[in-house]
Amino acid sequence: MVVAVADGVFVEKAGGPVLVAGRRKTDGEMRFPMPRGADAAFYDAVELAPEGKLWSYTVQRFRPKTPPYIGDDDDKSFKPFAVGYVEFAGQVIVEGRILVDDPSTLKIGLPMKVALEAFPTSTRGEVVTYAFRPA
Amino acid sequence: MTDVHIVGAGIHAFGRTPDMTGLDQGVYAVREALADAGVDWADMQFAFGGSSAAGSADAALPRLGLTGVQFINISNGCATGGSSLLSGYWAIKSGEFDIGVVLGFDKHPRGAFNADPEASGLPRWYGETGMMLTTQFFAMKIRRYMELHGVSATSLGRVAVKAFENGVVTPHAWRREAVDLDTVLNSQMVSDPLTKFMFCSPAEGGVAMILASDRKMRELGLTGPKVRGAAVRTRPRGSFEVFAPSLDVERGVAPTVLASKAAYEMAGVGPEDISVAQIQDTESGAEIMHMAENGFCADGEQEAWLAEGVTRLNGRLPMNTDGGCLACGEPIGASGLRQVYENVQQLRGRAEGRQVADARLGYSQVYGAPGLSAVAILEA
Repeated sequence: MVVAVADGVFVEKAGGPVLVAGRRKTDGEMRFPMPRGADAAFYDAVELAPEGKLWSYTVQRFRPKTPPYIGDDDDKSFKPFAVGYVEFAGQVIVEGRILVDDPSTLKIGLPMKVALEAFPTSTRGEVVTYAFRPA
Repeated sequence: MTDVHIVGAGIHAFGRTPDMTGLDQGVYAVREALADAGVDWADMQFAFGGSSAAGSADAALPRLGLTGVQFINISNGCATGGSSLLSGYWAIKSGEFDIGVVLGFDKHPRGAFNADPEASGLPRWYGETGMMLTTQFFAMKIRRYMELHGVSATSLGRVAVKAFENGVVTPHAWRREAVDLDTVLNSQMVSDPLTKFMFCSPAEGGVAMILASDRKMRELGLTGPKVRGAAVRTRPRGSFEVFAPSLDVERGVAPTVLASKAAYEMAGVGPEDISVAQIQDTESGAEIMHMAENGFCADGEQEAWLAEGVTRLNGRLPMNTDGGCLACGEPIGASGLRQVYENVQQLRGRAEGRQVADARLGYSQVYGAPGLSAVAILEA
């Protein structure tokens, strides 16, 4: 059974996973993730396109501090990962982890698709989060 | 309406001072500022002060004197110092007060700042999966800027080289050894394209300033730079700020652009009039972007400016003359006031070893989490 990193962040469709953003009812401003709690009433949930373009990126080269990071690794076993923003045309620009063997192949404008990534945690076992990979 | 002058300035050297708390360093700076102006704590009619991680600023009161003075704690993220200055400015400008003190101090543990998603109104998973880091944000912001405006990694390196060069001649700086371009560019990659020497570190320090009205300054026989403009602005829609799981596809300007315009308007001057500038350099890329956001050059012009040394001490518009955050480190509550302190030294002709000739207008800009900017323009 797949345990999502949080409810309502992504949905699995026949063509693959897509992200769920919120569009503010008053002015159409979009944000990701779809707001929860009392703010949700001001937004309509909107599924984002399955593909977008890389807007910017970097490589996280040291283990982030705990808290808040809960990766099931330590300073020695930590493996650097790429992270970046993907622009979904006409919708919103979203930040996510990037699945890529060689981060030096990344460049701004590269087509990217939404993917799911198993993320082993130290507190919740393995959860599934969204990520991006070159399309 | 009265003008507001900075008649005294004090600092506790930035860096690491294991035997002093952040508060100790703040109290030290206030005593230095009082001595600089030749006034007593009992003369202070107001105080505005803040720290981000070193406790409540008004804990300084039992040490300085329980005079009953109005003391207001300021907490405004990275613009805490700038906000204290602005509050003191308003207090005098309004006519309610004639003289008072603004102070800022801090002491942070080593390494990147810990971030709390919920305190920033963000979902927990954002921090849990390793995306809530200021270093990532700065790297991604400059990566895109470099791509759009043709800025090279060499320029990133040049900013750091200049910072350490200036740190060598600044008594209050933390890092006081020069570092060459190759070393900067080839040092450990922290968050691509930014290397270890391109980032500032959390640090410690304290700064204080005595502000006075025109009338009070004359009455006491004092002098000091005039505050010509001061403004704090927050992120408008479409700006790219730290800790943002998503961004608007319609891009907007940065809060610095708004704060800068407001301060120039108040001062009735433009970027071409500035003699010396202290601008936020959390990392090399920030200084490059802020050169344009504060109106000093067009996007992309930084490449030529840095190659030509325009912003070095002997250049046409020296920037971060005390080494900025890169050489001084960043104690959040004190950092913005450190920039103002450096401008006071420059405008009073006291910046020995790093003095900018004929400095008349000093510009300072502090920027940071959660997306706000504070600008101050001083006149000699």
